[in-house]
Amino acid sequence: MSDVEIIGKPERTVSRRIFIKGVIAAGATTSSAGYLFRGSQPLLGALVVQGSVERLVTLDVNGQQRRVDVLKQETLAMTLRYKLGLTGTKLGCDRAECGACTVLIDGVTSYSCSVLTHSVRGKRITTIEGLEAEDGTLHPVQQGVLDEGGFQCAFCAPGFIMSMVAMVEQNPNPTRAEAAQALSGNLCRCADYDKILTSAMRAAEYARQQA
Amino acid sequence: MAEKLVGQDISPPDLRAKITGRAKYAEDFRADGMLFAKLLVSPMPHCRVRRIDASAALAMDGVVDILTADDVPSVDAPGEPCLTNEPLYEGEPILAVAAVDETTAADAIEKIRVDFEPLPFVLSPLDSLHPNGPNGRLDGNTMIGRELATIKWTEEDFAAAPEGSMPMGEAAAEWTVGDIDAGFAEAALILDETIVHQSLSHHPMEPRTTMAYWQNGKLYIHTSTQSLARTQSAIANMLDMDIEDVVMIAEYCGGGFGSKISGSTIMQVPAIFSRKVNRPVMLRITRYDETALGRARPGFQAQVKIGFRADGRITALDMYVLGDGGPYGRSGDNMSAGSTASLNYTPLSQRHRGVAVYTNTPPKAAQRGPGGAQIIGMLEPLMDKAARELGVDRLDLRRINAPEGDVLFGPRQTGLTSVHVKEAIDQGAELFGWEERLQRSGQRNGSKVTGVGVGVSPYTAGSRGFDGLLVIRPDGKVAIHQGIGNLGTHSIADTARAAADVLGLAWDDVEVIWGDTRRHLPWSSVQAGSQTTFAHTRANHAAGMDARRKLQEIAARDLGGQAEDYETSDGRVFRRSSPSRGMTLAQAARRAIELGGRYSGQELDEDLNDMTKRSATALAGTGLIAAARDNYQNEGGIQSWVVGFAEVELDVETGQVDIVKYSAVTDCGTVLHPRSLGGQVLGGSIQGMGIAMSQKWVFDPVWGIGFAHRLYTARPPGILDVPLDLDWAAVEIPDPQNPVGPKGIGEPPVGAGSAALTSAIADALGGKCLCRTPLTADVLLAEIEGREPAYGPLDLHV
Repeated sequence: MSDVEIIGKPERTVSRRIFIKGVIAAGATTSSAGYLFRGSQPLLGALVVQGSVERLVTLDVNGQQRRVDVLKQETLAMTLRYKLGLTGTKLGCDRAECGACTVLIDGVTSYSCSVLTHSVRGKRITTIEGLEAEDGTLHPVQQGVLDEGGFQCAFCAPGFIMSMVAMVEQNPNPTRAEAAQALSGNLCRCADYDKILTSAMRAAEYARQQA
Repeated sequence: MAEKLVGQDISPPDLRAKITGRAKYAEDFRADGMLFAKLLVSPMPHCRVRRIDASAALAMDGVVDILTADDVPSVDAPGEPCLTNEPLYEGEPILAVAAVDETTAADAIEKIRVDFEPLPFVLSPLDSLHPNGPNGRLDGNTMIGRELATIKWTEEDFAAAPEGSMPMGEAAAEWTVGDIDAGFAEAALILDETIVHQSLSHHPMEPRTTMAYWQNGKLYIHTSTQSLARTQSAIANMLDMDIEDVVMIAEYCGGGFGSKISGSTIMQVPAIFSRKVNRPVMLRITRYDETALGRARPGFQAQVKIGFRADGRITALDMYVLGDGGPYGRSGDNMSAGSTASLNYTPLSQRHRGVAVYTNTPPKAAQRGPGGAQIIGMLEPLMDKAARELGVDRLDLRRINAPEGDVLFGPRQTGLTSVHVKEAIDQGAELFGWEERLQRSGQRNGSKVTGVGVGVSPYTAGSRGFDGLLVIRPDGKVAIHQGIGNLGTHSIADTARAAADVLGLAWDDVEVIWGDTRRHLPWSSVQAGSQTTFAHTRANHAAGMDARRKLQEIAARDLGGQAEDYETSDGRVFRRSSPSRGMTLAQAARRAIELGGRYSGQELDEDLNDMTKRSATALAGTGLIAAARDNYQNEGGIQSWVVGFAEVELDVETGQVDIVKYSAVTDCGTVLHPRSLGGQVLGGSIQGMGIAMSQKWVFDPVWGIGFAHRLYTARPPGILDVPLDLDWAAVEIPDPQNPVGPKGIGEPPVGAGSAALTSAIADALGGKCLCRTPLTADVLLAEIEGREPAYGPLDLHV
């Protein structure tokens, strides 16, 4: 039997919880000094600075001027998702490992989870929502993916598609190996890589036709 | 006559939303007044919380409340609570804080002080079985039957094992078929090998985020889950609610692979927290959290003894598998390994023993091909070793042991609906160019040695008895309602084709309804275990047949003749002998509404599930309602196969393995959607390649802390890790118990990909089977250079 004292919890200062009865092996209560206390890791790997103030900035997102209050430690992914309502940009790892949050900054692929929003003022930001034309015409890359049935769960798709858009700009006529290289900053856990590459090749073909 | 939809490449109806950013996954929803929750998780593998001081956190501006273990339902051991004061693994949630934004919540977590009492922990099953070894749980280290129990092996058990071999004491479960002593007595060759297979996280791209709120006593929950009908019922169970009070929205799921089958324990936290604070609560799971609480495939420590006749036929198979049980639940991988091996090799006699041992590592769950993928990846290179020693062709050895239609396998000697693995082996050898590539086996080019491998991998591929539900609307469109989930397999669309083809519909006239319990969905299988393709082509076929019969009856009633005289196709029901005599589906739907009764959902078949009845009743009067249970043939197990072939180049100077070519052929019945099937076969195979080559956990043995909690340290395969030259094919022999013909496919490719690689790497090593995964460069280099490995033969997490 054991009790847990909880201090500061509303509506009651101390609560009790019955533990599973069990015999604690001898020597179990060793020092915990070797453990560094840690909660969930600080958000986005950045130290959380309490009392930081938001500042109004203007961002160029998908061709629109968007005025938004941002914290100084705020990442572009957070601004896009939580303040501008652009949830097409996904957070897969928070830490520049998976590429789900890939956006274009002045046409260059960037992991928006690892870019501070303050650093992109005055730059052209393109997200997945910015590819489709106003009349609903898909970007040639999107059309290529649609026609080839690319992706399974597709949580990685927005990031991959942004990388494909950058690829067809920089290398309009890639080989399959070059396409793989261009997309190697994006992870797909369904491992639908074969269909993704086929989609990328189709995307490049459509982009060439339109150019 | 409309072209059949089964067998065509049709992009799924949800793809456009996915590629434009409009598809909303759980994390993309917002609600007025929504709070963000963050978790405080255990910093150690096993401990007890003595004291929590949350006063500084709760005093912060913007912090609303704290949720602790006292606030959540307690569960019977070894079930898993969603918050606990006795965490059993590093990263296990202890409490949650809700605040106005995520940054404030994270900051509040950092301000909470917890006093922990460390408790004994164990990372390796074998360590817990030692007479003085620690237990992962205070109440036992395994399950025997349905009871928690403690199994300790004796010093004699440990002493009896030869150096480097696995000791074998008391088992938690055991079965035997035939006489293994006689089997080994007649063997010309006996292999006796010790095996270590790693545990590995599922790592779906989308962490298991949930947002929840309450209105008028109903829970509204947006969550990441593989299933739908079955997740709604699981949530109702977890929270002790009436299922009708759970409104679940899960149109998209960013991958699961078995880790989100019917929801997740953690989804209770925002649901309960929201009820407590009376505001919507979003719990966004980070990658760090996901790796800890997001489930994993159990690793194995095993001893495998195989007797072969001179011609390669297996006379006896004796396996003892220790499974890493994680801290909760009841892991079955160690036992399903035995039945999968029984099916794949049909040994003349077999004994299987196993213990799933609780450890203080992340919780375990089914991962694509649970138990099967592990054991196939380990056994296939041993088949090569036997073939080499016996002088038998490697494929012939597999053919002589492969099952045929009359197979009976496993402890209960189960039969199968269909099996065509031999055809898959032959077709795969042709596709891959086995004979030609085999010529290169062992050839050295500079520092690179070529190896060629094959992996034959079965797994369960279906279930039965679920419901189909569709509505022919007065506008002539047909809405096919799906209670399965949408985790990326395209099943929501592809299984709907079964109903559409019965009615002769064009795909444009079909609307698939899914992903929201308010949309009146039928009772369904879990979207797991490769069940849905088989189960829901059957269920939708049944619903299609019900609709067809009702259309025929309505036409006969209005236009004369017998119901059987009528045919349905191209949006009409018409007289076969005089096609101009008929009516459109729109007209028939309006007639169904007028007629009422069984035609428009007011009367329903008794054998339907209650959920389906509720949904059909809600839809009653909106058109011609067809609702039917899958009562098709129900005999024997359903299993699919994938046979994978790989050519690799092993660099003997660096230990690097490059996959040059991979081909896979599947026996999964009729091909429902070729492109999607290719995605499953190759994607699953690549996940298997990750098992064979890279994916792993590493733990600090002193503190029990994981060092591979990030994607870059756990190393799932990236696009550059896999060959550009991938191809696949299907045997395409319909399953006789499915009127549409397909079987499931999600599970078997993983074992095929893993085994093709372990087999090819062993081949490149000149036939040396390391009997361990992952085969990372350091493991291979130690072998190539003849160095003592940095780990013991039975060590996990290296």
